[in-house]
Amino acid sequence: MSTDTTKPPKAAPAVPTTGTAPVGRRPAHGHARLLTRRDRLTLGLMAGVPTLLHVALVWLTALASIALAFTTWDGIGFDSIEWVGLRNFRELFTSNPQFWPAVEHNLIWFAVLIVLPTPFGLFLAVQLDKRIRYSRVYQTAFFLPVVMSLAVVGFVWQLVYNPDTGLINSIIGANEPGHYIDWIGDPDLNLWAILVAASWRHAGYMMILYLAGLKSVDPSLREASALDGAGEWQTFRNVVFPALRPTNTVVLVVTIIEALRAFDLVFVFNKGAQGTELLSILVTNNIIGESSRIGYGSAIAVVLLVISLAVIIPYLIATFRKERRA
Amino acid sequence: MHDLSPSGSSLPAPSRRTLLRGVGGATLLGAGIPLLSACGGSGAAADPKTVSLGSNSSDAVPKKAFAEIYAAFTKKSGIKVDVNTKDHNTFQEQINSYLQGTPDDVFTWFAGYRMQFFASKKLATPIDDVWQKIGGNFPEAMKKLSKGEDGKYYFVPLYSYPWAVFYRRSVFAQHGYQVPTTWDAFVALCKRMRKDGLVPIAFGDKDAWPAMGTFDQINFRTNGYDFHVELMAGKASWTDPKVRKVFDHWTEILPYHQEGAVGRTWQDAAQALVAKKAGMYLLGTFVGQQFTDKADLDDLDFFAFPEIDPQFGQDTVEAPTDGFMLSKAPKNREGATKLLEYLGTPEAEQIYLKADSSVVAASTKADTSSYTALQKKSFEMISGAKSLTQFMDRDSRPDFTATVMQPALQNFIRNPKNVDGILASIERQKKTIFASA
Amino acid sequence: MSHALVSRRRPPVRPARILLHAFLVVTALAWLAPLLWALLAAMRPYSETSEKGYVSWPDKLSLDNFTDAFQQSDMLHYFGTTLIVAVPAVLLTLLLSSMVAFYVSRFDFRLNLALLLVFTAGNLLPQQVIITPLYRLYLLIDLPGITMSGKLYDSALGLVLIHVAFQSGFCAFVLSNYMRSLPHELTEAALVDGASVWRLYWQIVLPLCKPAMAALATLLSIWIYNDFFWAIVLISTGENMPITSALSNLSGQYFTDPNLVAAGALLTAVPTLIVYFVLQRQFVSGLTLGANKG
Repeated sequence: MSTDTTKPPKAAPAVPTTGTAPVGRRPAHGHARLLTRRDRLTLGLMAGVPTLLHVALVWLTALASIALAFTTWDGIGFDSIEWVGLRNFRELFTSNPQFWPAVEHNLIWFAVLIVLPTPFGLFLAVQLDKRIRYSRVYQTAFFLPVVMSLAVVGFVWQLVYNPDTGLINSIIGANEPGHYIDWIGDPDLNLWAILVAASWRHAGYMMILYLAGLKSVDPSLREASALDGAGEWQTFRNVVFPALRPTNTVVLVVTIIEALRAFDLVFVFNKGAQGTELLSILVTNNIIGESSRIGYGSAIAVVLLVISLAVIIPYLIATFRKERRA
Repeated sequence: MHDLSPSGSSLPAPSRRTLLRGVGGATLLGAGIPLLSACGGSGAAADPKTVSLGSNSSDAVPKKAFAEIYAAFTKKSGIKVDVNTKDHNTFQEQINSYLQGTPDDVFTWFAGYRMQFFASKKLATPIDDVWQKIGGNFPEAMKKLSKGEDGKYYFVPLYSYPWAVFYRRSVFAQHGYQVPTTWDAFVALCKRMRKDGLVPIAFGDKDAWPAMGTFDQINFRTNGYDFHVELMAGKASWTDPKVRKVFDHWTEILPYHQEGAVGRTWQDAAQALVAKKAGMYLLGTFVGQQFTDKADLDDLDFFAFPEIDPQFGQDTVEAPTDGFMLSKAPKNREGATKLLEYLGTPEAEQIYLKADSSVVAASTKADTSSYTALQKKSFEMISGAKSLTQFMDRDSRPDFTATVMQPALQNFIRNPKNVDGILASIERQKKTIFASA
Repeated sequence: MSHALVSRRRPPVRPARILLHAFLVVTALAWLAPLLWALLAAMRPYSETSEKGYVSWPDKLSLDNFTDAFQQSDMLHYFGTTLIVAVPAVLLTLLLSSMVAFYVSRFDFRLNLALLLVFTAGNLLPQQVIITPLYRLYLLIDLPGITMSGKLYDSALGLVLIHVAFQSGFCAFVLSNYMRSLPHELTEAALVDGASVWRLYWQIVLPLCKPAMAALATLLSIWIYNDFFWAIVLISTGENMPITSALSNLSGQYFTDPNLVAAGALLTAVPTLIVYFVLQRQFVSGLTLGANKG
């Protein structure tokens, strides 16, 4: 990092107004001339230190994981690492009975989050944005699940779903032999049961993001629309929602990441038993604890990584490019 | 709209520049200072008067019992025991990284393959010298359990707890049930209990290990100890008709198990026995800890899992054994040796058993006069056994049992018709896991 | 915009408003129901609920479980160990990511798009992907005399660093968007006046970012305080585990009192609740995630 800061930035035009700038950038480049050597050093450190830390701890380790995915390793001592090529992946795709269900559940997880709690969070945000009394009290109620750790959330929902003593089964009398509804163990039910808990949490998160987005929608746009005689719904559809586009993309990415990263809740709920297998759980089961199948677990992690990056990179490039043009 | 209210946008005089930079730096440094003092525990300096010990006993009662053992040791030897306690789950989840990182001198662990694995990976130190002193305190079976594959000792056992079928004496008396000793009698009893409105067999497999206990029992009753050992070692095939026979037997009694088992913790299942809603429960003796009422606990009894093949009778007992090991590079080798020697004495075992009456001492020399009825019965059961097993996840590779067997057995419980598919899948995955080092 | 102003402008109560309030009250209660249910369970003794079941009229409500849970789990100690990690981690993350954001948004050197890309994408990686090599790396780094374990492994410093590295991506992303919306004239003028880059950052830009910093501080506190994953692998001394392990200590190996654990679980959430309430005012206004300003 230090190299590019010791040299003066060549591309930056000297005067903000010069037309010779290669791209239509903002006038900020005028700074360059005013910077002393000391300033450049400061800037170099400001950008360099965090970058170094981030790259070393996040990216290098991620790359190492990719390499490990082509090995078999019990995690003890470096000399037991053995190169096996694509074997882990072959095994994963063909003989692991949990892998494809896990992929499917991650996808369902995303679909549910984006279809139910996300629009609901938007709906709540729109209502709470109406200069309504007690708005902050309502906000707190909806946001409370986000504040709690997932371990706590998982535990709280145990009290609701427990087949013998839980709230639901006790109320509907399904805790007697012959009537059992096994919310946690039944593979036809448990994913949906957990998704209720996940949605409960996600809606509050989305509400906050949308509230923030709505606050920055220009109020005069709304007033103009109202003056034109448009109803509430029409104003929302034609004026507010389009203005929320940047928020929507963030919401989309956050939701995708939540779906891919989904882990704690399921881990607390039933450790990813049949019906609730998730990729992150499979990775954890394989690499944490006594069962150290580091190579195999890393192969699953790489699948997760590839899916994440396939989503993230195009989004980021598109966003940043758009910003540059703006 | 953003709140752009300028809280400090008036431009400060340039002369204060250096000063400010200093302040910024100081903040950075200041943030670092508390970090340094934050990490205690596995102390760095080797103090000859202190032995560090990693423990998984975070429950109040055993924690206190262990503390008493260590206090007695300190009194005797003048060596302090510095205990690093983690909860049971966390301890197990991080055992690999813990033993390779900066482990304590001595740590709590389990006998069986799980111990031998770390011994063969050189993450534990052999303790033949300790066993020269304590060897006379233990029966042959315990000695066998404490050795690694290389024939050296690595483990000091403290206590065992057998697995058996638990029941309430009052319930059996009320309905006139007899303790079943054969498979047919067992199945008949299940049918009768069902008719009497009881859940014949309490069952909770949410944590995925209780089902392994059921498998173990049916397997060594059906196919004998030797086959069980071969299967656990990855040598016998899971598609062998013998294994299929185990699951056939299991399928026969599965309908008499408590419904919705995969969503129920074993503790909740035990509550069915406490409330006399269930007739029987196959579990380790630790089930007694669920009986908070003294009268209920006195009413609790157990019998050995019934005979299936007369050839093998009831000759095998599953009795997991917990104890201590010495880590790879103990900082205080001498003190740790002394501690292990003390832990291998009947005296230490008796201190522990006073607090926890659900287990029995590993040493034959421990005083059994203060045992409860259940403890006496456990003790007889273990000493009368021809062979002892630990438990599936202690007798086999933990990576195999955790990532393959646990989900497979849960799958079977939900869907017993699919046995062949499940077994084929187990065998396929087993081959690759056991093929790797 | 202040509340007093808003209420003066508020239209007279209309039926639609009442309906809206009714809807919000019902929904909010439904949202709180699971937590209230846990609260009720936490206030009842185990002997009562194990006999009568949870759906029954409570005979006795008390805070005994809370005091017991607090003492039995040694919660005060774990609050301490967690804060020792969380407070420096939150502050350092904000400091470092705001520096990156400052660089990226104010000085358009060529690398800044790539830099932001690296940071943001890195934050979105699942934790499981990097944990094994990270553990190996931490074991290799010797820090004799700096941490008690003599390594980065099993030290609060190690936890702080990975939290900072992992979370700074998201913060840099949010803060750079925020800084981009600040008028450029501000910094221009300061530079012309001969202010140093550091002063520009520390005295001009940073104070203006207060709302965004407050919002991020809230989110970071929630995330870092609640995280347990890193500690499972990177910490080996039980006493240095974060707060969640206090909770695990409460659920015994052989016997668990769910009411006691419920009380403990609710107690562990108190610090994040405090942070949320303290910073709530700035929370929404600071969270301008998208580049709404275009």
